[in-house]
Amino acid sequence: MKQHTQTMQLTIGHLYPDLLNLYGDRGNIACLMKRCQWRGINARTIEFESEDTVDFKKLDIVLLGGGSDREQILVCRKLKKIQADFKTYVEDNGVVLAVCGGYQLLGKYYETREGTIEGLDLVDLYTKQGKDRLIDNIVLQSPLCSMPIVGFENHGGRTFINGSRPFGKVLYGSGNDGESGYEGVIYKNVIGTYLHGPLLPKNPQLCDYLIQKALERKYGSLKLPPLDDSQEREANTYMVQRLLK
Amino acid sequence: MNIRRILAVWTAKAACGICRHMGRQGVTWAGKLALMIYPPILQEMAGEIRKKIFIVCGTNGKTTTNNLLCAALEAEGETVICNRTGSNMLNGVAAAFVLAADMSGKICADYACIEVDEASTRHIFPRFHPDYMVLTNLFRDQLDRYGEIDITMDILKEVIHIAPHMELIVNGDDALSACLAMECQNPWITYGISEPVASASDDKEMREGRFCRKCGARLVYRFYHYSQLGDYACPQCSFARPSIDYDAREVQVGGQLSFAVGKERIVANYRGFYNVYNILAAYAAGKHAGLTLKNFNRMLKDFHPENGRMEQFRIQNTGIILNLAKNPAGFNQNISAVMSDQTQKDLIIVINDNDQDGTDVSWLWDVDFDRFASEQIHSITVSGIRCQDMRLRLKYADIPSYLEADVENAILARLADGCGNLYVLVNYTALFSTRNILKKLEEIRP
Repeated sequence: MKQHTQTMQLTIGHLYPDLLNLYGDRGNIACLMKRCQWRGINARTIEFESEDTVDFKKLDIVLLGGGSDREQILVCRKLKKIQADFKTYVEDNGVVLAVCGGYQLLGKYYETREGTIEGLDLVDLYTKQGKDRLIDNIVLQSPLCSMPIVGFENHGGRTFINGSRPFGKVLYGSGNDGESGYEGVIYKNVIGTYLHGPLLPKNPQLCDYLIQKALERKYGSLKLPPLDDSQEREANTYMVQRLLK
Repeated sequence: MNIRRILAVWTAKAACGICRHMGRQGVTWAGKLALMIYPPILQEMAGEIRKKIFIVCGTNGKTTTNNLLCAALEAEGETVICNRTGSNMLNGVAAAFVLAADMSGKICADYACIEVDEASTRHIFPRFHPDYMVLTNLFRDQLDRYGEIDITMDILKEVIHIAPHMELIVNGDDALSACLAMECQNPWITYGISEPVASASDDKEMREGRFCRKCGARLVYRFYHYSQLGDYACPQCSFARPSIDYDAREVQVGGQLSFAVGKERIVANYRGFYNVYNILAAYAAGKHAGLTLKNFNRMLKDFHPENGRMEQFRIQNTGIILNLAKNPAGFNQNISAVMSDQTQKDLIIVINDNDQDGTDVSWLWDVDFDRFASEQIHSITVSGIRCQDMRLRLKYADIPSYLEADVENAILARLADGCGNLYVLVNYTALFSTRNILKKLEEIRP
């Protein structure tokens, strides 16, 4: 049976924006919210600050953003408390978008020169601090979208995803470790990536993919009503053409 | 006088002259040439300053604070070397000295007021040690260039350490600046605003450094001025806002700014709460260096920024204000300043992503553009290299905009509409070219 999105509700959990809020993470939230609201989906965002308890049962999309190394260590201590619930959520096909520092935290550990930061161990990956930071615009081709994915990367870590499925193939830029030619990770409904810029506004197909997966988990299969994405496409195409000329 | 030094001065002056003739700034090129021809020119000339050298660092407000300080010293009859245009990396700093020399290569100045890009302090301090460093604030800025705010703080700590006699004049309302001063062994004093000021802040603003840098606990604020500036204390350890040496009281913001400090009443014809900090920083620095600053208010009255910081233009019947806005803290203060003018207005926002702007434009999403969804705003035009990103940013705040990548066409289109009151907000590399366009239009369409 075809469902009407107007009656649907979606709750986004933004984890620790007080600590992890580099690189315009608010843009990802704004994009998810607006693209739901423009379709009549009743969307709301709950911001969990570092002292709050997180009830994953109430969440449909979890966003874990980027922070400085120092802030990441602070976050890591808090995350220990929610690890088990977070893992249950992920294994139950909960939708997660983890960007930059958040991506690194998905893995087993992040080995830095000052010591090793323990991760959440939700996805089979680990990160080691590299010599230089990898900083530039980046373009990917992802199996999740027909449009190329554009964004910006800025990371000192080199992430190794073992046999996991990458988020995309690098067409311009460095990606996970600057060598493999791949960027990010996909595990169940979890996407981990170094791309900010922010990621979602210029990649509307990816934003809709996350919304779709979250709604399907809750309401069964459905088709999202299309939106006018001409401005998003123009902004995406401008960067693709500039970088891949 | 060393012949290479004279040659360096002549070459720099000629290079600068040629660039100006071609409508380019040319200051950094002049500095680069001078350093190539005579590498020790900067340390030699800095050593010839008769009294003191000030440098101004910090994310926002460097140029305005430095130029105010320079003007304040000049108003006391001192001769001052200053990098007025805001060229604040090594070449720009060298140019300030070299271009101020006479044709025999001599420097003749009592003071130097030099703004220095934080990352460039590493190249400046090996060449000379300033007597005073004014630290305006530390906000999130151009992350792709500096990595993270922690890296900026580490660089500043490193250079402050190698100049142990340099005195710091820091914004005590900024926990990051205050913490930096406390962690260094140098003598330091503070300026700040100890009472809340109405309409200065916006609750949703992104705040940097909300956590105690000593113990990691969340800082408790009695109030915020804007961004993370305010009256803070750590609930867990002894870290707290330091006592304020130059404290602004009875602060009034609106069509003009006024406040009291010590026994002085200071009045300025500017908009923007953030300018209270700029004026206060310049005042504190001058006073601390032992000047009476008896002509400070007169200086403020005559101070007309000609560098795209709230610079005014008039083209036919349209009043135009050009202002630099290059990071979230600065842009949010700009929005407050624009909205404090309650008449109808049109806006042009110019966003570039050249190296000096930071090639990462994600900061646009940390600015509270939602505040432009107001009756007061007649239209918004997005322009510059990344106008597409700016248009999307506004779309996701439900604000429609016109897109015109070319800045001159954007300005002409709004003038053709007969808008009357136009604000042009630009980021760094768009500033000089936009200013040239406005000056040109002002001349041909008086």
